[in-house]
Amino acid sequence: MSEATAHNGNLEHHFIDAEQQKDSAKIGMWLFLLTEILTFGGLFVAYTIFRSLNPEMFFNAHKFLDTELGAFNTIVLITSSLTMALAIQSLQVNKPKLAYRYLLATFIFAATFLVVKYFEYSHKFHLGQLPGRFYTFEGVEGTNPHIFFGIYFMMTGLHGIHVIIGMGLILWLAIKTRKLQFSPDYYTPVENVGLFWHLVDLIWIFLFPLFYLIG
Amino acid sequence: MTTKNHIIPVKNYLLITAALFVLTVVTVAVSFVDLGGFNVVVALAVASVKATLVALFFMHLWYDNKLYMLIFVIAIVILAVFIIIIMFDVMTRDDIYQFAQSLTGLLT
Repeated sequence: MSEATAHNGNLEHHFIDAEQQKDSAKIGMWLFLLTEILTFGGLFVAYTIFRSLNPEMFFNAHKFLDTELGAFNTIVLITSSLTMALAIQSLQVNKPKLAYRYLLATFIFAATFLVVKYFEYSHKFHLGQLPGRFYTFEGVEGTNPHIFFGIYFMMTGLHGIHVIIGMGLILWLAIKTRKLQFSPDYYTPVENVGLFWHLVDLIWIFLFPLFYLIG
Repeated sequence: MTTKNHIIPVKNYLLITAALFVLTVVTVAVSFVDLGGFNVVVALAVASVKATLVALFFMHLWYDNKLYMLIFVIAIVILAVFIIIIMFDVMTRDDIYQFAQSLTGLLT
């Protein structure tokens, strides 16, 4: 069964048809997301253990985090997820120029998130609230919150690295979209990067209350 | 082309985003109310609802091949088992001190 449609150039011949190819790509991405969930899951386990063993330390330490900045970043990431979804939607209805603009918007929101995190991190560096053996901050209220900051930097740091990787992927997609290399028949890379980006948003949805909203 | 190419209307995406914003406000507001140990439960419950909305609609799981949802659910289940089993160990570590004490009591 041959189809004289635009996506023929993207159809690899070891697949039966374009739909099977798209299914394979998506299954592969979902399996990768499974490994990502377990990667961050390991850190969530560490968080759970240390928080259950040191509940007061976590409660006191979280006051050093700026809840407003955290909430702002949550809104920023949710909006970036929206623009990512709308980029895919635009390709589905054959509006590649609009999709390009939505991808750029997603990139800008991601950059905004990182800028806020930069301010948060530099404030902590200034106070000496650093991870591991670089920690020099004297705790207040009788507890030394070194463990809290260690876990905070590991989890938000790994998450931040994923944001940076996502930004690179989104930029790559934007360039390809602008060159009209995607169409309603073929936009699988955009969908898969979208899945990755939504996972980054998902992880932050849990990080925010666990670090910024304790008690 | 099969029905799997379901296109979600823009309006639906905007509604889901509005719901996510509202839930964010809710979770921040509740954190200022002292519910003791229940604060964590509420925070995680709200986060789970938000995550479900993102997974079902932004990630398209509601409309896609159920195999993708199965993979996602399996990941969550593995993570849940991981955390729960470890917590059984961590939360009962102090029991060994009571056990040691009871042994000393027997010997004297």
